Amino acid sequence: MAHPLLQAKGLNVVYEPARGTRIWSVRDVSLDLGEGELAGLVGESGCGKSTLGYALTRMLRPPARLESGTISFAGQDLTSLDGEELRQRRRGGFALVLQGGMNALNPVRTVEAHFRDVLRADKSSAGRQTARQVERRAAELLDRVHLPATTLRRYPHELSGGMRQRVAIAIALALDPRLVIFDEPTTALDVIVAEAVLGVIRELQREAGFTALLISHDLGLVLQATDRVLVMYAGRIVEDRAAASMLTDARHPYSQALLRCYGDPRADEVHIEDIPGSPPDLSMPPGGCAFAPRCPLSERVCEETDPELVPLGSGRAACHVAAREARDASG
Amino acid sequence: MPADDRASGSRAADSTKMGNGKAAAHDTAAAGRQAAARESAAGSTAARREGGTAAGAGLVVTGAGKVYASRHRGEPPVTALRDVSLTVAPGAAVGLVGASGSGKSTLARLITGLDRPSTGLITFGGLRVDRLRRGALREFRKHVQMVFQDPYAALNPLHTVGYTLARPVANYLGLGGSQLTERVRDLLATVGLTPAGQFEDKLPHQLSGGQRQRVVIAHALASEPQLIVADEPVSMLDVSLRAGVLRLLNQLRRDHRVGLLYITHDLLSARLVTDDLLVLNAGRVVERGPTRQVLRQPADPYTRRLLAALPNPFADSHPAAAHPFAAGSHPVPARPAALRPAGPSPAAAQLPQPSPASPDGGPA
Amino acid sequence: MTAPYSLSQSAGPAAGNLTQPPLPRSGATALPRPLVVAQRVLATLWADRKARIGLVVISALILAALLAPVIAPYSPTDASFPRTLPPGGAHLLGTTGSGQDTLSQLLWGARISLLVGVCAGVLASVIAIVIGLIAGYLPGVTDEVLMFVTNLTLAIPALPLMIVLAVYLAGGGVKVIIFVIVVTGWATGARVIRSQAATLRSRDFIALAQFGGERLHRIVFREVLPNMTSLVAANFFAAATGAVLGEAGLEFLGLGDPTTVSWGTMLYWAQNSGALLTGQWVLVLAPGLCIALLAAALSLVNFGVDALSNPRLREK
Repeated sequence: MAHPLLQAKGLNVVYEPARGTRIWSVRDVSLDLGEGELAGLVGESGCGKSTLGYALTRMLRPPARLESGTISFAGQDLTSLDGEELRQRRRGGFALVLQGGMNALNPVRTVEAHFRDVLRADKSSAGRQTARQVERRAAELLDRVHLPATTLRRYPHELSGGMRQRVAIAIALALDPRLVIFDEPTTALDVIVAEAVLGVIRELQREAGFTALLISHDLGLVLQATDRVLVMYAGRIVEDRAAASMLTDARHPYSQALLRCYGDPRADEVHIEDIPGSPPDLSMPPGGCAFAPRCPLSERVCEETDPELVPLGSGRAACHVAAREARDASG
Repeated sequence: MPADDRASGSRAADSTKMGNGKAAAHDTAAAGRQAAARESAAGSTAARREGGTAAGAGLVVTGAGKVYASRHRGEPPVTALRDVSLTVAPGAAVGLVGASGSGKSTLARLITGLDRPSTGLITFGGLRVDRLRRGALREFRKHVQMVFQDPYAALNPLHTVGYTLARPVANYLGLGGSQLTERVRDLLATVGLTPAGQFEDKLPHQLSGGQRQRVVIAHALASEPQLIVADEPVSMLDVSLRAGVLRLLNQLRRDHRVGLLYITHDLLSARLVTDDLLVLNAGRVVERGPTRQVLRQPADPYTRRLLAALPNPFADSHPAAAHPFAAGSHPVPARPAALRPAGPSPAAAQLPQPSPASPDGGPA
Repeated sequence: MTAPYSLSQSAGPAAGNLTQPPLPRSGATALPRPLVVAQRVLATLWADRKARIGLVVISALILAALLAPVIAPYSPTDASFPRTLPPGGAHLLGTTGSGQDTLSQLLWGARISLLVGVCAGVLASVIAIVIGLIAGYLPGVTDEVLMFVTNLTLAIPALPLMIVLAVYLAGGGVKVIIFVIVVTGWATGARVIRSQAATLRSRDFIALAQFGGERLHRIVFREVLPNMTSLVAANFFAAATGAVLGEAGLEFLGLGDPTTVSWGTMLYWAQNSGALLTGQWVLVLAPGLCIALLAAALSLVNFGVDALSNPRLREK
């Protein structure tokens, strides 16, 4: 990609609890996100996707730590910035909508108070706003997520889960971020509300043109809501492909296995599968491909060497078997 | 992170990694009908009739309604359920589908005796569930058990799996000592948590979500119930773990002849484990019928909305496309997902707005 | 916000309520349960640095108190020595205004302070737990009545109540002091415990236990209470701290039994003989420091109490 908005190289995140073993939750991840791109990051629980999202926005907290790697945002190296400098870059920078974003709202403060905090925290000239301006801006933001201005006076517990999630999204957009990361925005919401929230996200992204990264464990959701899908397994990115191609051209066995977990309830016969076994223990990262023990196609080489993420088809995948098949096919 | 369940997986039968990804969760028509047929052959045909009183007559809900007083002063009470009737014959699997706020959780609470209906009645095997009190309620629980939605909250974090499973066995079956231990091990094997000895001493945080849910299912199975009420048992699990748990539920129905009331907002899983389906919207039953029929020819717009909202890469998920499928089976995978059309989301128009006082959805 | 790095990170649900503390294994154990629990509690507390310091200090004080008959140079009530001697020589900490050896008094006095601290702490805690648990778990009339009584107790200012009771029951000695402290000290804990119990009551695993056929007492004591170990322990240490200070306070005000020897009475007599005015700082500092030390040590142990909440410590 020519001028990616966000460029991460060789990220390694280690989690070091006071008692217990170190866990390598993100292992050597490199990814680029372009301007205005709508991408999804998919993986099972514990694969490191949330951790990666936090790492990209420099929101990691002890005992998690960015062990190595660089992140540059709009050409500027983020990894060298400290807290204060990062804060100053919030406007026009990046925003993170947290997992359980609805639970990230302070229960004893009104929605308006949340907006005020964010808008006033922006120290640039645009940030010095009167109460009226704050209110107007907040109402504007709420309108973009299809919530009425009266929501401002409400407390979080007076709103339903879907509404709270939309409020969290609106708050994230307050400072006109160029990159927004949504961590599991629809978990714990039922299908109808989830669909509506995703629709809002897509709509906002189209209008404002920010780069969006949607993190979820639900591949089906990500395929519907995004243009580009990154599949993560055991701390590594194993597939990177356009959403439109995933169904027919997913190369990595894990992606294929994930696709087999879905089905159409209206069909005459419905078969869905699960993926037996569980992800490896990342306190002792395996030497070879992390998915090998659960992979129906694994071979000797898979257990010995960890495959690299290489171009395969229109995207990339990290699989020895797939790579070999591609080589054979091209003759 | 689960430490050592590499091979424990979701099925006892498959041990190798090759080709075992293929075991699938099939739809239940045949299995369910067989189980039901066995029941009726055993002489409980009367059970099929609504309001039947033969022993093992199953669950019958007649005109149940529930009204909650509003949390805010001066506001009208919230009607969570309105005139709901349903039957679950012994060994049958019935699905209760609806979004949040539809009343399905409220109904689950009424059926399991956690709450009393404001109107209507609920009977199980002729017993008035809505009239039960403490001691009788405990006895009732032996026959109607529950599987909870959140496997991360349903297990006491301080008790080992062995302890948690031992309690219902001790309380309902009166077993102790080595018989108890053996029973617990059997339960663990039944739900696919083998080797049982390894799981007995585990604490919940050492298990994955799927494993925890299996423990919850084992707990429900311990008393040898006639009916299991499963409230969204897979919605908090990773998609890659769901088929295993659904398969387990089907297997339990077949092997243990347990009836199942499956509550969910996900039509795919409902399709896989139920024979009949009821759709709830705002406390009312808006559609009912055999599962496949309801899904292929949904009559009610709400049902169609639920179908359209499924995150399903294999269906045309545009809300307008509610047409029935072409004859014949639908191959998997089909065609690329129909991505959302550009422009405002059609769902946006239907987004819930905060009501003057209480959040939409009410207490369901 | 849920930490994204917890080991049991899930796709969506708040990463577990891994909040609560250890309990002996359900299988057969050789030791009686209370002992096993105590052992686990101590081991857990020991692991935290601050708590360890606190435990060491408390142990030292307990040891001093137990060995008082052996290590005290003189009898604490022996008033035959020259009065108000400065520290040094035969009397390491000097003598009091009545001619008693300060060091001996200090060592013997530790017994009363510790006794009151522990007894009053335990009693106040037990009452707080029982009332708090019942009120928290059984909603409705029971809760209302118990909370009414609790709030009433809280509304009455503690110190004046203590004074009134002490005066009214004067002459009862240490038992009265313990009684007074317990009566005025149980209510705060009860409120806190009730809140926690009420929260736990609505948790899924309680419903699971109900479906498992568990009876009320088992649910309350084996499901709810163990998940409150951290809170209960914290409550105990807070109560004990309050008790130690309360006892010292009452004695100092002369409302206790001035004939017993405790750190509080030492302060009382020091005050009586105008120790501060005449520069006999040892008479004030010695008991005062000890009281402060004990109270501080109890508070330090409280820091380690959070660790009791972690079920990971129960892993094999």
